[in-house]
Amino acid sequence: MFGNNAEDFLAAHNFTPTDEQLADAGLIAAVRNANLAVVKGEIFVIMGLSGSGKSTLVRCMSRLIEPTAGRVIFDKHDLSQASEKELIEIRRHKMGMVFQHFALLPHLTVLRNVAFPLEIQGIDRRTCEQRAQEIIEIVGLKGRENYYPRELSGGQQQRVGIARSLAVEPEIWFLDEPFSALDPLIRREMQDEFLRLQNMLQKTIVFITHDFDEAIRLADRIAIMKDGDIIQIGSPEDLVIQPATKYVAEFTKDIPRAKVLSARAIMTPPKDGDTLTNSVPADTKVQDLAAQLVDSQTGVAVTDEDGSTIGHLSRQSVIDVLVGKNNDS
Amino acid sequence: MSTAVAIRGFRVGLRYSPWLLTWSAALALTLVLYLLKDIWPTAWQYPREWYIPLRFLISDFMKWLINDFDLGLFTFKEFTRSIAWLLNWPLATAQGFLSSGFKLVFGEQATVEIPRLSWIAVVALVAILGHYAKSWGLALLVGACFLYLAVFGRWDSAMVTLSSIIIVVPIGVALGLFVGIISFRSRRAAAIIMPILDLMQTVPVFAYLVPVLFLFGFGPVAAMIATIIYATPPMARCTVLSLGLVPAELVDFGRMAGCTRRQLLWRVQIPSARPTLMVGVNQVIMLSLNMVIIASMIGAGGLGFDVLSSLKRLDIGAGVEAGLAITLLAIALDRLSQAFVSRPPPKHQEVPRNFVRQHPHLTVAMILIVGTTLLGLLAQPLQAYPESLMITTGPFWTDLVSWININFFDQLDAVKSWLLLNLLIPFKRFLLALPWSAVVGLVALAGYQLGGLRLACIVGSLALFIAVTGNWEKSMISVYLCGISVVIASAIGLPIGIWAARRERVHKIVQVVIDTLQTLPSFVYLIPVVMLFRVGDFSAMIAIVAYALVPTIRYTDHGIRQVPAPLIEAAQAFGCTRRQILWRVQLPIALPEIMLGINQTIMMALAMLVITALVGTRDLGQEVYIALTKADTGRGVVAGVCVAFIAIIADRLISAWANRKKKELGLAT
Repeated sequence: MFGNNAEDFLAAHNFTPTDEQLADAGLIAAVRNANLAVVKGEIFVIMGLSGSGKSTLVRCMSRLIEPTAGRVIFDKHDLSQASEKELIEIRRHKMGMVFQHFALLPHLTVLRNVAFPLEIQGIDRRTCEQRAQEIIEIVGLKGRENYYPRELSGGQQQRVGIARSLAVEPEIWFLDEPFSALDPLIRREMQDEFLRLQNMLQKTIVFITHDFDEAIRLADRIAIMKDGDIIQIGSPEDLVIQPATKYVAEFTKDIPRAKVLSARAIMTPPKDGDTLTNSVPADTKVQDLAAQLVDSQTGVAVTDEDGSTIGHLSRQSVIDVLVGKNNDS
Repeated sequence: MSTAVAIRGFRVGLRYSPWLLTWSAALALTLVLYLLKDIWPTAWQYPREWYIPLRFLISDFMKWLINDFDLGLFTFKEFTRSIAWLLNWPLATAQGFLSSGFKLVFGEQATVEIPRLSWIAVVALVAILGHYAKSWGLALLVGACFLYLAVFGRWDSAMVTLSSIIIVVPIGVALGLFVGIISFRSRRAAAIIMPILDLMQTVPVFAYLVPVLFLFGFGPVAAMIATIIYATPPMARCTVLSLGLVPAELVDFGRMAGCTRRQLLWRVQIPSARPTLMVGVNQVIMLSLNMVIIASMIGAGGLGFDVLSSLKRLDIGAGVEAGLAITLLAIALDRLSQAFVSRPPPKHQEVPRNFVRQHPHLTVAMILIVGTTLLGLLAQPLQAYPESLMITTGPFWTDLVSWININFFDQLDAVKSWLLLNLLIPFKRFLLALPWSAVVGLVALAGYQLGGLRLACIVGSLALFIAVTGNWEKSMISVYLCGISVVIASAIGLPIGIWAARRERVHKIVQVVIDTLQTLPSFVYLIPVVMLFRVGDFSAMIAIVAYALVPTIRYTDHGIRQVPAPLIEAAQAFGCTRRQILWRVQLPIALPEIMLGINQTIMMALAMLVITALVGTRDLGQEVYIALTKADTGRGVVAGVCVAFIAIIADRLISAWANRKKKELGLAT
């Protein structure tokens, strides 16, 4: 919250001021009433347009910005109570962050940039560089170690940024619009790269973006923000099937539903006496099972993790999704 | 069409008429006060009995400091002595290398003399630096500048000056960084430090010399201290600015990486701010040169002393030679440090290489230093440039000037007398006749119109201070000299700036010329003026105009050039002629920028004004100069602060106007 005496104001209003009260006090709440939990190992995307408070929110999580009120619990510790010293320790070992405009140090080579977070911990230079070298290879920049940032393309620079944020093997990984400054083609390539890395590393990720397509593509769960409020939190599928507000529906309108919806979402309860020869797992996206279903006359069975049949998927329902007919309206 | 114009005229009339009325009334009141000067003299001339004896208070305070102030463990005098002693060491070392050599004493008789660096080594060193920083071209330029110093017999003086600069610059940069970092980190500290820096940059250079002279005595160390004080503020300012320009993301990154405050500063912020910081270093170098020359008045020696003594003897030849030497030294130092500012950051290297291949410049430099020193022991000419080969242009300049004076004296004198009689003297009389109370009121009124009550209070009380401390008359003479010079400088500078803005080739030539003019220490401007016009107000005016011309040209050029291209295109599309575009589009939009240029011109004119005390003016500058010769701290400081206050009044009023205008035009301020 920005403005004078914001803390007193909040306390006076029992931490739940109304819009009018805020406006009267001349305060601006960049983020408010934001309650969310990020689960270990998931990709949690915070999506919102510019000015919606998503960058502020992620900076509150890492305490780059001191929240006026509220708590941030990380790994059972209350970050908002951590001392400066504890905070430095946590950031040094448990957090990594990637920035929109890369934030590379212009006077250091790629190798030294990646080694930087280790170097400031006082680790000896050789160990740092050895470790940096390994990560540089992982992100595919081998051979560029001695280049300076300005000698690299945008995509390559962000690879350095990613490598650098991973150097300390963080537990939680913040990415603040990491691909927004890149060309669309490169962006796509970097998204794939990001998914590949995540498959390998299984980090807990908070990913900020203003691009809903990107959010859908990458997220396990998405939080949608508007004017400092979190409007809805859910899986991409949830958002498409049950948008909480018109605002959310507006975003999901143009999303190719076949990519998002899974068999579970459009199946009907299993019919008795069905003798379906084919079956698909419930989490399969419509797009991936379409080819299989279009040829079959009868439809397929939908199975859960144990292999037992939990539903039935007709040919027509899949075609409806593919041609964009909205079956829940 | 006509309705639109009429409506506009109506609105303009409405908006300005109350002010018009106020100003008419104020001016009428001024006239009344003047007419009543015999009946009510105190409103016209500030009465002597009302003076606040600030200068005596300051003088007494300084005397108390130096004589009686005891810090417990040591006295204040011992404190200043030890600072002087401490600073003398690096200075002596630098002078040992460059100018006097070392004498090592072992026991009773055994002494070993280590000679100073050979002239060949120094010339080659700066050339190597030039090549390292930029190119062979720069190497050639700076090498040639230094060679001039040797060939024309200015080597010894130049090396004394150079050794001062070599010591002053790192101290000034470090101090500036330190102050800058403090004010960057703490808003409270900034609130105290920034106004002091403002004041320090507007107080004329001479005023620094007086207390320093009083505290540290006459000599190179005192000069060095004055130079450090003078050259530090821009570096502090630059530090604050450049740290503020470091992208927020980089700072966020540093914090996220777990940097401590110190690591964040030294490993993230300062390295990223390096390019802007280097601009500050360049400024420190140039200001140090300027001040080291002026500080020859309190014993800095070197090239400044040469100029000063030849000015006193009216030895034109020697003066020009020394002036040229300063000019070339300034150009060399400026180009060299500029090259370091814009030096492209390093490129990646494929394979690690050995020391020699990795540091070719350093290797060559080392070989040269050792080689020439050893050879210099064998052959004297390699050590010191042989006197038989020196060239002097002194007689040539003396002859040239006497030729000019013989053939053109009448014409020059006619111009001078006409301007004096018809412009300078009447204007001076007019200003001196103005009632002090009215002037203070008018200044406050202008402040109120341009910036509201706060500004009115600030400028009004600054003007009042001048009257109260008994410097009113001298200040008015300063205002007169400065005012006329600024008008003339603007009259010359504006057309040149406009011309440069409209023709690319002119722009390039003008740029080189004004860049060079701006590197020259203010002292140098006095030499040709004194040669041609002797002493007096007129000479002072010419020197001030020449020195203060540059910002008007630069800002006019820049202001017109930065008018958005779409606006020009739109005007062209409407069928405007080039003249119409200039008068109706470019100039109105560039006006705030141009006014800031004139503001800068006023600042530089006031700075130069004090220097021109050497050619016999009777204003505040002379007051400071007299205080310097008498080591009268209070007198010098008060007069210096008065000059600063005139500058601040002009600056605040013009900036307020320009900012408001910019806001009206929707330009960024």
